[in-house]
Formats: sequence, C-alpha cells, structure tokens
Amino acid sequence: MSLNPSQTQQRSSPPKPARRVGFRLHILVFLAPAVLVYTAIMILPLFGTMQLSLFQEVDNSRVFVGLDNFRKLLGDPRLSATFWNALSNNAWFFVVHMLVQNPIGILLAAILSNPRLRFRSVYRTAIFVPTILSFVIVGFVWKLILSPLWGVAPDLLEMAGLKSLFKPWLGKEAYALTTLSLISVWQFIGIPMMLIYAALISIPEEILEAAECDGITGMRQFWKIKLPLILPSIGIISVLTFVGNFNAFDLIYVSQGALAGPDYSTDILGTFLYRTFFGFQLQLGDPHLGATIASMMFLVILIGVCIYLFVIQRRLRRYEF
Amino acid sequence: MKATSGKTNGVGGRKLLLAAALSVAGTGLASAADITIESWRNDDLTIWQDQIIPAFEAKHPDIKVTFAPSAPAEYNAALNSKLEAGSAGDLITCRPFDASLALYDKGYLASLADLEGINNFSDVAKSAWITDDGKNPFCVPMASVIHGFIYNKEAFKEVGVEVPATEDEFFAALDKIKADGNYVPMAMGTSDQWEAATMGYQNIGPNYWKGEEGRLALIAGEQMLTDAGWVAPYAQLARWKDYLGDGFEAQTYPDSQNLFTLGRAAVYPAGSWEITGFNANADFEMGAFIPPVPNAGDECYISDHTDIGLGMNAKSENADAAKAFLNWVASAEFASLYANALPGFFPLSNEPVALEDPLAQEFISWREKCQSTIRSTYQILSRGEPNLENETWNASANVIKGTETAEAAGARLQEGLSSWYKP
Repeated sequence: MSLNPSQTQQRSSPPKPARRVGFRLHILVFLAPAVLVYTAIMILPLFGTMQLSLFQEVDNSRVFVGLDNFRKLLGDPRLSATFWNALSNNAWFFVVHMLVQNPIGILLAAILSNPRLRFRSVYRTAIFVPTILSFVIVGFVWKLILSPLWGVAPDLLEMAGLKSLFKPWLGKEAYALTTLSLISVWQFIGIPMMLIYAALISIPEEILEAAECDGITGMRQFWKIKLPLILPSIGIISVLTFVGNFNAFDLIYVSQGALAGPDYSTDILGTFLYRTFFGFQLQLGDPHLGATIASMMFLVILIGVCIYLFVIQRRLRRYEF
Repeated sequence: MKATSGKTNGVGGRKLLLAAALSVAGTGLASAADITIESWRNDDLTIWQDQIIPAFEAKHPDIKVTFAPSAPAEYNAALNSKLEAGSAGDLITCRPFDASLALYDKGYLASLADLEGINNFSDVAKSAWITDDGKNPFCVPMASVIHGFIYNKEAFKEVGVEVPATEDEFFAALDKIKADGNYVPMAMGTSDQWEAATMGYQNIGPNYWKGEEGRLALIAGEQMLTDAGWVAPYAQLARWKDYLGDGFEAQTYPDSQNLFTLGRAAVYPAGSWEITGFNANADFEMGAFIPPVPNAGDECYISDHTDIGLGMNAKSENADAAKAFLNWVASAEFASLYANALPGFFPLSNEPVALEDPLAQEFISWREKCQSTIRSTYQILSRGEPNLENETWNASANVIKGTETAEAAGARLQEGLSSWYKP
C-alpha cells in the first residue's frame, strides 16, 4: 500500500483514520501462524514426498532415478495390477458414497428442516454422533455386529425369518468392499446432512413465501426452489467426499488389516501405500516406491478437484439473497 | 568406564591421569553400567521386571538392566528411527531373518561371532540371525514357537474320538465331531489370512515337504512350489473348509481363540504361543497333537520356528555389560527361567529344559520324536516383490475358501517367486 492518496479522492471517499500505515504489518503477524504451521506440516512434507519418489536406494545410498519409480508402478505387471485394483476399489468406494451417503444426507436435511417436525435436535444429534466417533470404534463395532459368531446381525435376521439372507459379508470378495463403504456412509452421513441443513435454513422466508403465493408447495417447492439454491453446497460436499474417499485408509486398515482381504478385494490406495511404504510382516518397506504411490494419490485428487473447480463449479449458478 | 573418565573432563591433568590409571585397572573388573533392552514384547514386561532381570542382576550386581518395550506393531519402525538417531538401547530384540539382517548390514547390530555363548545353539536355531555366508551371527536365539493342534480333551471324550496320528484318522475324527453336532470341529477363520498360512500351511506343510530337506531344496532352486510336496498341504487345506464354523470367511483370529476357549470348538490349529492365554481362559482340559502324517509310520516333521533373538547395538557404550547379558541369555539358567515364565516360547539352546506346564511340555517333547524345521517362507525367499510370505497368506486363505485350487495357488506362488528369485 502506498501512502499517496490524492486530494480529490480523499475528499470524495468516506472519512478515514488520520494516520494510515502503508504496510500493514499486523496482517502478516496474523497470517503467520497459520501459514507457518501449514507450510511446515503440509506443504513441505508434500514436496518432500514428491522428491522422495524421484529417488531410489541402491547399496545403502540414495540415487536420483527420475521417473523410474512411476514407470515401475505403472509398468510392472504385478505392481500395476495392484495399483489399478486399488484405484478401482477407491472409485467404487466413492461411487457408493455419492449414490448413498449424499442423497440420504440431503433427504435427512430436508426432513429436519421441516419446521413441523418434533424432536428435531434429538434426531440431528443422533445422526451426527457417529461422525465424531473414532474409526477404530466404528470398525470394531461393525465387525462385531456383522460377526457370524457373536454378531447381532444374524440373530436379528433370524427373528425376521430371513436368516438365509445372512452372509459373512466382510469375508466374501463380492460383498466386502460394498459393506465397508456402507459402514463408512453410516459413519459420515452426518456431515452432508449438517451442511445441507445449514444451507436449507439459510434460504430466506420471503423466497419460500413468494413461491407459495405462486402455488409452488411441498415436493415441487423442494425440487424447483430449494434444490437449486443448495446446489453449491452439494458441490462442496461432493468435493469433500471425493477427497476423503481417495485418501481413505483407516476404516479398511482397522477392519481388514493391511493386506485388505479377502484376496485384496478391499485394497485401496491408502492400504497399498501403507504396505509399500512401511512394509508388512516380512516385506520390508520401500519409502521411495511408497512415496510414488502417495504422489499418484495426490495427482488423482488434484485432477478430480480441478475437474470440479474448472468444469462443474463454473456452471453452478449462485444466488445472492 | 566411559562414565568414569567423562566426569574428569576439564579437571586437572593429575586427576585425569589418575582416572586413566583407574580405568585401566578397572578393565577386566566389573564396571558399573546401565543397559537398556529394546523389545516388542510389551506383554512380557512384568516377567522381565520381576523374574528375568533380578536373576541376572543377582549375578552381576554392577550392571543395571532396563527393559523398555514398545508396541509390537510399532516396534520395527520405532527401532529403525531410534537406531538412525543413535538413541536406541544397548540390546536389541531381534525379529527373525531379513528385518534384523538389514539392521546388521547397515551396521546397527554388532557381529557376535566371538561371543562364547553363541556356541550353545544349533545351526537351525542360529539360521534366523546369521549372514547368508553363515560367518557372522548377530543375535542370540532366545525363543521359538512350535506348531501343532490343540484339542479339547473333554470334547474328544464326549464324542468318542481318539487323537489322530495320520491324515485319514484326522479327517475321520473331524467327520465324527461334525456328525455329533455339539462342537464346531475346527476353530479357524480366514478373515485375518495369516491364520490360514501360519496355523494352516506352515503347520501341516513340513510333513509333506520333509522339513529342512524341502525348505533348503526350495532355497537352492532344486524344488519348486509346484512340486507335489508343496502343493499337497494346500490340497489338505482345501478339505478343511467343511469343518470350520459358519461364516468362517469373516471369522477373525480372536474369534477363533474365543470359539475354542469357550468350549464351542474341538480342535484348534495352533502355535505354542497360545498356551498362556488358553490356560487362563479355557476351563476344560486341553491336549495337543502333532500335525498328522500322510501315512502311518511316516517320519514326522514339526515347525519349530525361531521367533525372538537378542542382539547388541553396534554403537553401544556399554558393550562389555551387554555381552555379559548376552552370554547369560545363552545359558541354561536363562533358558529354564524364560521357558517357565512364558510357556509356549521355547528356548533354543542345546541344553535340555524341563517345563512345568503340561501342554508346553507336550509341545517341546515333539522335538525328540520329530525333525524340526522353520517356516518355509522366512529365510531369503521373502526378500523380493511379490513377497512370498504375504502371497502365502493370501493363497492359503483362498484355498481354504475354495476360490483358488491347490495347483493354481502353487503355480501362482512359484511364478511370483521366479520373477525375482534366481537361486
């Protein structure tokens, strides 16, 4: 900021404090903690990881190998099969969240925002509680619920006469990943619900009243008026879901272990990265190849977020109330 | 000694000289030293503090030992960073094979070739902690675990089955238990995968690949995982499916343990490390039997797997004290103390040890009847990518579930192994 306001401008502009400092040091001071902490614990490790992926250890010394690790990851038939398997599992994990978590979240928010609903805050809290639970607890509890030996799921199905429907879901290749996705949906459904709920209650009364005057009520009001107004929130939720899902690791690790059984059917990029980076049992860790996988994860997320920012978000219309 | 001379820093020359003279005189005599043991056995903390360390300190009053364990899952990573930072303890509990060999190669573990006590151990016992050329052992073998089957004696009596000695008797017994219907014939699940490989494949396998003979031939490249001896155990595992509990695909390791100790299952494919926990939790009488041999009268082989060793930090400042401790670990006194404090972890030294726990005694008595070997995938063969041990977990679980045939599993593992291992 320069200290050079012209006379006319000063006259026409609203009155300002007598002494205006040019360089506003306090901005830097206030920004510094966040910038420093974020740089130290996020940005530096990110670049460190990318740097690590360009090296390989040969005879106990670190050698620059360029993109060889990436070539190996995508070119080696076994590694690339594991990588693509993990990526497609990640994609399915994301699809289940988008198809189940977000629509149900929006539905719950729409129901909760109905002013005639009683015990609203009770429902809201109950649905949100799993979100704040540790994934360790969630993984453990669901493993117990679904356990063929001690779980309540087989007993409940038996009471309903549907015992034949019970399968050891977490142990079958065909069901395990979907089951885990649904567990994750159960845990995190509170987040889209809360965000959409906040967006819905911030829609001004006048708009809804105007709609009612025009004869648009009930379901039509939701589709024609409310939904377009909350679309930006839905967009943000989709991005959060995308980033969260492609970074997922904890639930799979806790419930299926690092080998992501049965037969790698629940292996996602996070567990693949963990096994490669830290090693597993007799397999020694390979930090360089691990960093390569981490860089690929970053790339996938970056591409996804860019698609959202540059293609989808620009088409979303925003309304100012 | 380092501590003595350290105190005289910056003091007059005469005192320094005196200290030097003292420390020379002190050589050979015992010197006060604190040594620290790094370990992943945090379950054993009280046993070390109350029994093992006091017994050692009674003999070496000048050495103070601290047992500083970390959580098993974090141990390797934590130890590596401590060694890199130079803050690791004087004695390092060694994982078997390559994890420790890597530490030796990086110069973190000292060679123990000239340690007296190392001669108390057989070659099989030392094989887990020795360089490939067999010249430099770097950890003193501490304990092994033996595989076999633990069974519920009351269930066997109730159903009226005898302890099986052969394959046919084994399946006949399981059939009878299944027909009786009161017990799940065998408690095992495939959810954690390693159960299938460790308590399944590595448990019964040595009888088919003839223990050390087959294992060494595999390493030498004279046998393949597609050979009959290596595929046969998978064919056996494929038959186990019918005897496991409902939903065994989602049954975890703790589930299996509970199923057995609650008295709901008759047979438990086991490792001897279960003994302590089972003794505490099961209120019925238990017995153990050797993995059944294919035909009556066949020589039996058991997996007597080297599991824990103790090595010395190459940068230890108390090397003499650490060596004194290692020599003591190699002694018969330690062997009997350790084995009785932790039934199921068997000493590896050549000195015979009597165990008070009957179940543990049953397991260790097999060493006299059968040939010992270690798990086939642990030495050398799991160095590359794909990792043979991890793949064996996966294949064993698949074979038991019936999603892969025994032959296909053998072929897949051999293909993976051949892709990086050239004998």
